[in-house]
Amino acid sequence: MLGLFFLGVSLALREGRISPTELCKKCLNRIKKTQHLNAYITVTEESALKQAQQSEVRLLKGVPKGPLDGIPFAVKDNFCTKNIKTTCASKMLKDYTPPYNATVVQKLLDQGAVLMGKANLDEFAMGAGCTDGAFGPVKNPWSYAAPYREQTGAMLESDWAITGGSSGGSAAAVASLTSYLALGSDTGGSTRNPGALCGVVALKPTYGLLSRHGLIPLVNSMDVPGIMARSVNDAAIVLGILQGLDVRDSTTVPAPSPLTELPQDFDVKNICVGIPKEYHAPGLSEETLAQWSRVADLFERAGAQVKQVSLPHTQYSIVCYHVLCHAEVASNMARFDGLEYGHRSQIDSSTEVMYASTRHEGFNDVVRGRILSGNYFLLKQNYQHYFVKAQKVRRLIADDFRNVFGSGVDVLLTPTTLSDAACYQDFTQEDNRTRSAQEDVFTQPANMAGLPAVSVPTALSRRGLPIGLQLIGPALHDKKLLSVAQWIEQRVGFPSISDWDYSRESRNDTAVTKREQTSAV
Amino acid sequence: MAAFCVAASELLHNMKQISGFYPKASCVIRRIRTTNPRCDSQIQPRAKSTPQQLVGVVGLEIHAQINSSTKLFSGSSVRFSAPPNSLVSFFDASLPGTLPVLNRRCVEAAVMTGLALNCNINRKSLFDRKHYFYADLPAGYQITQQRQPVAVDGTLTYSLLEGKKRSQVIRKNVHIKQIQLEQDSGKSLHDDVHSQTLIDLNRAGVGLMELVMEPDMSCGEEAAAAVRELQLILQALGTCQGNMSEGQLRVDANVSVHRPGEPLGVRTEVKNINSVRYLARAIDYEIQRQIGILQRGGTVQNETRAYDSKSGETIPMRDKEGLQDYRFMPEPNLPPLIVYEDNASLPAGIDACQAVVVQKIKEGLPELPSIKRDRLVQTYGILPEHSFTLVNEDGLVEYFEAVLMATKKEPRKVIGWVTNELLGHLKQQDLSVSQSPISPPALAELLELQETGHISSSVAKQVFQKMWRSPGKTAAQITQEHDLGLVSDTAQLHSICQKVVDSHPDEVHAIRNGNKKVLNKLMGLVQKETKGRADPVLVRKILQEKTS
Repeated sequence: MLGLFFLGVSLALREGRISPTELCKKCLNRIKKTQHLNAYITVTEESALKQAQQSEVRLLKGVPKGPLDGIPFAVKDNFCTKNIKTTCASKMLKDYTPPYNATVVQKLLDQGAVLMGKANLDEFAMGAGCTDGAFGPVKNPWSYAAPYREQTGAMLESDWAITGGSSGGSAAAVASLTSYLALGSDTGGSTRNPGALCGVVALKPTYGLLSRHGLIPLVNSMDVPGIMARSVNDAAIVLGILQGLDVRDSTTVPAPSPLTELPQDFDVKNICVGIPKEYHAPGLSEETLAQWSRVADLFERAGAQVKQVSLPHTQYSIVCYHVLCHAEVASNMARFDGLEYGHRSQIDSSTEVMYASTRHEGFNDVVRGRILSGNYFLLKQNYQHYFVKAQKVRRLIADDFRNVFGSGVDVLLTPTTLSDAACYQDFTQEDNRTRSAQEDVFTQPANMAGLPAVSVPTALSRRGLPIGLQLIGPALHDKKLLSVAQWIEQRVGFPSISDWDYSRESRNDTAVTKREQTSAV
Repeated sequence: MAAFCVAASELLHNMKQISGFYPKASCVIRRIRTTNPRCDSQIQPRAKSTPQQLVGVVGLEIHAQINSSTKLFSGSSVRFSAPPNSLVSFFDASLPGTLPVLNRRCVEAAVMTGLALNCNINRKSLFDRKHYFYADLPAGYQITQQRQPVAVDGTLTYSLLEGKKRSQVIRKNVHIKQIQLEQDSGKSLHDDVHSQTLIDLNRAGVGLMELVMEPDMSCGEEAAAAVRELQLILQALGTCQGNMSEGQLRVDANVSVHRPGEPLGVRTEVKNINSVRYLARAIDYEIQRQIGILQRGGTVQNETRAYDSKSGETIPMRDKEGLQDYRFMPEPNLPPLIVYEDNASLPAGIDACQAVVVQKIKEGLPELPSIKRDRLVQTYGILPEHSFTLVNEDGLVEYFEAVLMATKKEPRKVIGWVTNELLGHLKQQDLSVSQSPISPPALAELLELQETGHISSSVAKQVFQKMWRSPGKTAAQITQEHDLGLVSDTAQLHSICQKVVDSHPDEVHAIRNGNKKVLNKLMGLVQKETKGRADPVLVRKILQEKTS
């Protein structure tokens, strides 16, 4: 039951094959069993059971609120949840309880979905590994599953792989079957990156299609709530529920069309798939490249037009992204001064001293570093040289995409990440900035241009870890993008983690089911 | 808007002064007069080629609180003197994840103000963040319009009343560089006793219009007149209540001195000015201070100074911030602010009720004070200085016109009653026009009694006093009750006159000897007998008969 897509579970719930309470308990149980993954910062057991009971009443009466009624979900801990701690994985907010729900959270609750807990992340979503949060790193569920353990011969506890980030907790929650879907946030790839590394579908919708109200910002002009699910169709249904204008977020746009389920028999014959040559980047793993070719071939064989395209300014994107990101971070973090909420330092000989010590104690090195450089970029003498220039480059990057989509390309097919998930010990050899620059290279251009993009898991690598590919579409063509994504999903045969038991207790069992795994190459 | 604050004790002190001065403040405003008429002495030498004197150069930065029921970017109410922190939304407290939502009413107020000040309204304007750490600025930045404000390039025309009787009206212009929308900050209250600071966020996020006036003024009187005119315009528009003592209108003055024709001197910024009168005094003090420094061979420091209304001096403010770099950046949570020329230019899909349409606002512009004054002078033949008095007092024009509607008395004869009797009484008791115990029809009735010869002008003034003290009673009632009607019973007057003539033989003798002026004394005695009610024409006639 836990391994199903939520649509399947939704049907089971309605048919009474399982009750919301039973389902909720199963998930809570699974959360306990997979505690070592550190996917959740807060598990909302009590309220989850209460919500499940209420859902049960509705289902028994035959009046469910919708397909999500009774479905367990997780929320990245940078979305505000009323009366539930929202920490951003930072000491600064470790005891912060917001008085309101983020719009996207409220919409899911209004549908009767059951909130299981708040998912772990990199502090204030700054990172690409989910290794830089105040509550410790998140471990990739696949690195506890048989294929990885067998293929790498990993024996030690320390041999686990990272989830990617920053929405690593959300990805791990969905991948480890403790939630059917999860909200992430995506600023430079924070939803798609862990989605790819944890083998779940990860959608970054068009900027403005989903409300950011209640999402504690990283980069306001790029942040988008992300959707993580077990199938593309699941993601589409959630998108249909979350999309649309929100009076509380002036940057939202009306949904172009109501979105329900995707067509099951989408024909790719008439579509044109662009392969941006600049994404053939240094560091791209052989296996990921092979997956990229494989899927491109699938399209070609199915009659789609596949052509190489160029996005010439891509090479400047990551540098430009960092300038804009750090500048907005410097600004957004200014409110954390210990006065109204959050951590307040004991050292308070003067207001200024209190600010300084509060912020020093409350933020980690990564956050402080970005604040420092961001303020540097915004100084009067540097503003034109850094910020304005970066904005101009951002425009050029957006124009690149516009030109390509204007030339008849429907979607772009690219890798999501350079390779499969790194082992924690390898990953932490490099500093956060370097890693972010490497890991976000394929994902952040879509944020710069505000375009919808989705990562679809395609195969397990030789190490037994997921590899994902990314599709990028024109603004507000999210539905078409998902239709193409589903077409891929239907053909690549990505295995479910439930095919192997991966929880810690049973890891040493001799009866680990062996299965033929999908070859990565 | 850089934050600054005063110690609580100082604040309390100022507040006492405000309340102490307030009743008189508006009196003073009516006639802005600085202790030293430096303006004139500065302007004149320009024409001559004598060794040039140093003259003052004054520019103003004005923060006008927008008169709207809710804040600029949130739905919290705006109210002065509400309990601390009772008008604070999640956004106002900068809770993480909250976003600004622009209040259309504030935009309309800014556009309307811009139109009234002959500004160009930018079809597209932008919001920016201005960063600085301050306890009453919870976000660590203020949302303002640094790059592209909503209105630019306007003019304010104001008038100075000069000459001995202040009857010479001199019109002047000051350029309005821009009007920008921005958020107000909260308030810090420093408790020196317990060495703690208390924050009140009620004001945080209230909409402000920052008006930047170019340095086109040369002295305190000009600046004060310009601000007073702005105050009247804002009040006429209803876009700002304009009360300086409640902080609805905050004026910072940039003051420098130079010799005409030479580059501008180093300027200082004078803050902490909470009335129009103090504005004039602070600026004149500052000009003299700077002239004094230069004449002694010193140099003026570029600094921020506070006006101390107690000593009448400006004093350097502790410059906490040093060279502040505000690290401006575009506000990413607000799309560009678009205003439309007219309904025809609205793009499809935009609801006309939701959009800000310049044409519509233009049509709704009320009569502005300068137009109103010209109209009053032309329509009623009153003196220009009277038009200033009328327009300066909220509701007085309407009062005046309502009186005229109900009486046949000439406007030029009515004006004195309104600007002297009525306004004098109001000021004495610190009442507004709307609080007057004598309504316009009641005053008209009184004037009508006088006009038709039922009462004399001196009795009319007595009746006015009595009406003031017993509201509700009509002039006719009071006249009757106190038997104040003109005595025109010839027999009665004859008898009174006879009595006066009989008891003053010396005076009668003098008159008969040709000293006709003495007749007035006898007339006065008759009026005394009749409490001023005797018909003077009749009395004179009778007395003349009896003394001939």
